[in-house]
Amino acid sequence: MKRLAYPLIAVSMLWLVACGPTPTAAPTEAPTPVPAAETPTAPPAGIPTGEVKTAVIGFTASQTGKYNVSSTRQVNGLKLWMDQVNAGGGIVLSDGTTIKFEAVSYDDESNKDRVQELYTRLATEDNADFLISPYSSGLTAAAAVIAEQYGKVMITTGAASDATYKEGYTLIFQAYTPASRYLTGAVDLLAHLDPQVKKIAFVYENTKFATSVVEAAKAYAEEKGYEIVLFEGYDAETTDFGPFINKILESGAEAILGGGHFQDGSTFARQIHEKQVAIKFFTLLVAPPEPDFADLGDAAVGVIGPSQWEPLAAFTPESAEEAGLEWFGPLGEEFVEAYQAAYNEEPSYHSIGGYAAGLILQKAIMDADSIDPMAIKEAMDKMDILTCYGHIKFDTSEEAHGLQIGHDMVYIQWQKDSAGNLVKQVVWPLEGATAEALYPKP
Amino acid sequence: MLIASLTDGLLLGFVYGIAAMGLSLIWGVMDVINLSHGPIIALGMFGIYLAFTGLGWNPYLSLLLVAAVGLLLGIMIYGAAVHRVINAPHLSTLLATFAVNMIIIGIGTAVFSTSPRNVDFSLGSFSLGSITLLWTRVAAALAAVLVTALLYLFLYRTRLGKSIRAVANNRAAAELMGIPASWVLAFSFGLGTMLAAISGGLIATFFPFTILAGGSYELKSFVICVLGGLGNPLGALIGGLILGGLEGIIPTFMETTWVPVLEFILFVIILLVKPSGLLGGET
Amino acid sequence: MKPWRNPGLWLVLTLTVAISLWPLVAANKAYSREVTFTILKAVALASSLNILLGYTGYVSFGHIVFFGLGGYVGFYLMSVHNAPLYVAVPAGALVSGLLAFLLGKAILRLRGAYFALATIGINEAARAFIKNFEPFGGPIGMSLKFKVYKSYGGPEQALWIAFASLAALTVAVLLVSFLVKTSRFGLGLMAIRENEDAAEVMGVITPNAKTWAYVLSAVFPGMVGVLFFFKNGNIEPPDAFNLHQSIETIVMVMLGGYGTVLGPLLGSAIYQRLRGLLLVSPLFKNIQLAVAGVLLLLIILFVPAGVVGWLRSRFPRLRRVLE
Repeated sequence: MKRLAYPLIAVSMLWLVACGPTPTAAPTEAPTPVPAAETPTAPPAGIPTGEVKTAVIGFTASQTGKYNVSSTRQVNGLKLWMDQVNAGGGIVLSDGTTIKFEAVSYDDESNKDRVQELYTRLATEDNADFLISPYSSGLTAAAAVIAEQYGKVMITTGAASDATYKEGYTLIFQAYTPASRYLTGAVDLLAHLDPQVKKIAFVYENTKFATSVVEAAKAYAEEKGYEIVLFEGYDAETTDFGPFINKILESGAEAILGGGHFQDGSTFARQIHEKQVAIKFFTLLVAPPEPDFADLGDAAVGVIGPSQWEPLAAFTPESAEEAGLEWFGPLGEEFVEAYQAAYNEEPSYHSIGGYAAGLILQKAIMDADSIDPMAIKEAMDKMDILTCYGHIKFDTSEEAHGLQIGHDMVYIQWQKDSAGNLVKQVVWPLEGATAEALYPKP
Repeated sequence: MLIASLTDGLLLGFVYGIAAMGLSLIWGVMDVINLSHGPIIALGMFGIYLAFTGLGWNPYLSLLLVAAVGLLLGIMIYGAAVHRVINAPHLSTLLATFAVNMIIIGIGTAVFSTSPRNVDFSLGSFSLGSITLLWTRVAAALAAVLVTALLYLFLYRTRLGKSIRAVANNRAAAELMGIPASWVLAFSFGLGTMLAAISGGLIATFFPFTILAGGSYELKSFVICVLGGLGNPLGALIGGLILGGLEGIIPTFMETTWVPVLEFILFVIILLVKPSGLLGGET
Repeated sequence: MKPWRNPGLWLVLTLTVAISLWPLVAANKAYSREVTFTILKAVALASSLNILLGYTGYVSFGHIVFFGLGGYVGFYLMSVHNAPLYVAVPAGALVSGLLAFLLGKAILRLRGAYFALATIGINEAARAFIKNFEPFGGPIGMSLKFKVYKSYGGPEQALWIAFASLAALTVAVLLVSFLVKTSRFGLGLMAIRENEDAAEVMGVITPNAKTWAYVLSAVFPGMVGVLFFFKNGNIEPPDAFNLHQSIETIVMVMLGGYGTVLGPLLGSAIYQRLRGLLLVSPLFKNIQLAVAGVLLLLIILFVPAGVVGWLRSRFPRLRRVLE
């Protein structure tokens, strides 16, 4: 009898689980509503008379795994935008229909395996009207195929790699400055700081994003007459940078450019510091602009990083007028204030990336006066605006459709203020700089 | 550069050696390949992490606690998953320990998520000529040597240790001599997981990790086991040093990403040519 | 008995066809096609592994290497040389089969755990190698240009083609699995499983038999790989050579009952359905792996013969139907 009991338990367990209630997609938890925050859309005078439509925005977030830090900020930014629009009465179309938004999202665990499965689910089962990309170029490349296969417009944010926009997609639009322009400014900065330095080492993460960054930067540096003494990738899951540090020492490099994402970047910076590598100029991707990078303490001092946006950035309706562009959305301070009120933390460029994705979508819906994917696509193709995040314009050529061509990078550096606290300063381009660059890196 | 890389690699090799020793011991004593080895290494990392970040304990003191918990956990795993199939074909023990692997990873992911953790602990560094070494790495290597010495004392000088060797040699004969084989097997399994947990704890003092991090150290342990010969603790330590040395030397003349390719090719070749291990005796 | 007079065969084929037809009648066709694709993929992988694991008794832990390699070769042909799917799929099969043939001669000499370890080593070596192999895109892999789908009549059509091909392939795997089991060749394999030395004495040319079983079990995963990555539109080393997926396939075979034709089919369908449900539930999402682990442990400890084996021993009358 006992021998029979166990299989029975096993089988009945299986049956129970298999026949349990089908889980429904849980709408993402709404963050604390932002009271009285400046909403981008002022509801029109008079009460809208038409019906209310709820547009579903689908995306996956890396709630766990290596992209957790950046992805969470990105989603926070997006949700802030959505709450502001919904609280402001939604978007009212000319026929009186009001569009409100609802988010459906799943955890992709920073893992590509699940991304395609989940985006298919978003496109088919959850009937998402619009898709927002996951964080990182690798996950986005996987999601983009699905979006295009099912004819959904997808705005990508936190996904800079150029390659994704060269696959012949027509519905994918990039909010970030593409990877090929991430580190070219750092090379200019280095030339500005010290014309004597000639030897650069590139040590980068073997991912779509970092590879496209360093390949473009390498070509640019060579063109400027630099000698590339080391050009080597590391696996995404690397925790031991010892071999690379030894190679850097051996190569006699004076400057290091590279990195990849947050986790590997901060580990790399920490091990460079621990090993007391004497290097004059150290630029890493993604990690330095994140406020959490300050947790490294002394290891963070002097590290430079390219950023899509900084809270100090001065984009205003006036500057839009000067540049002959249309201004759209709230001011930078208003965004920072609302973000801090909602999440009690400083926004990083990933935060505003998510917010900007929302703004772009909103503007496209308003311009298209519809939520039909084809009309939205057309509006996006024509878009040329300035927001608190910066200039937005998409490439419309067949070869690189959807590539961001308006937006530019700034470069930040961690420095110590007079009280000995770590602070992030903009050091390049000079017209936006908030401090002199600390050089050489201590 | 060669000297610097080699030193780094060898210091790491001691820790790899401890991890492999755990796998090797279990394999040698009861002919079981423990596929839950990796997650247990990860649990060792989290043990140190929790003790350090939660309670503020010194990592090297917490290592004693991690070792004790590792021993108990191993005995429990043996009782729950391995004992019933110990005499069944290899597939059964492989899958049973893999099931334990899935359970630990599953629960671990639910509790800790897969986000990377860091034990923010430093002993500083010192310079020897042109090379800079971290004290945490040196301490880990010393701890590894100490653990190996203790294990040898235990296996060769204590009654229980001698019983383990007897059971490993011939289980049936040992039972006839009045040695409680089941108990000895359970204890050996505990000892093996204890070593895995200790190695995880040591790694946590200098590398970041996630709940999934044990996997790559488990694979390295396999390679080391066939290098050093199965069931031979000292062989495992030497195998660890060989692997660490290779990881130090290979990057000096080719791209670092080729290291795993060479490691696994070497692994397969040794399996084919001399399955008892480079340092192992005849089987 | 002639194979087509065996009710066991018809049961297996009917079940597979029924699963494959479900998306055509389901309310949400696209979504049920995706779900079914995942199930059929698992069935095909598990059934081909079963030829080696179940019939011959050799535990290949790294069997996914054939899925990955076949997928890579097929994908390379499609994305770089613009080869059509009907060329890429056989190419994937050919390369996987060839690799198995070459490897088989060497590693099938190893027995038990040593063989299992060697297969893990080969899979890891292959993954690490492809990461460094620039023609296949190195660590960042390759993507299909989107216009490729247009030549199949648009992406929607392309997805249906991939699905239909996989369904046909799955039926073929099960048919082969059945024919092997009831043939003289299969009898030789099972003799090897029970006692390799005795089989040798009884006149089974074991090295040849084992190698052909290995080749046969490698050919199908190679084709499934091509179809899977064609549908995905991109391929990267960690997805192609995912050791975890390899071990999950073993779990599915064991769950259903190894060494039977029906077992892998049943096992994969149950396991995938279970996983699919747990995956999107916030409560079970993380714990799904632990649940699967507990399930596997219970099977190993108490019902090592799997669902089909257990049914056969409990209800001897069913033996005629459950092959």
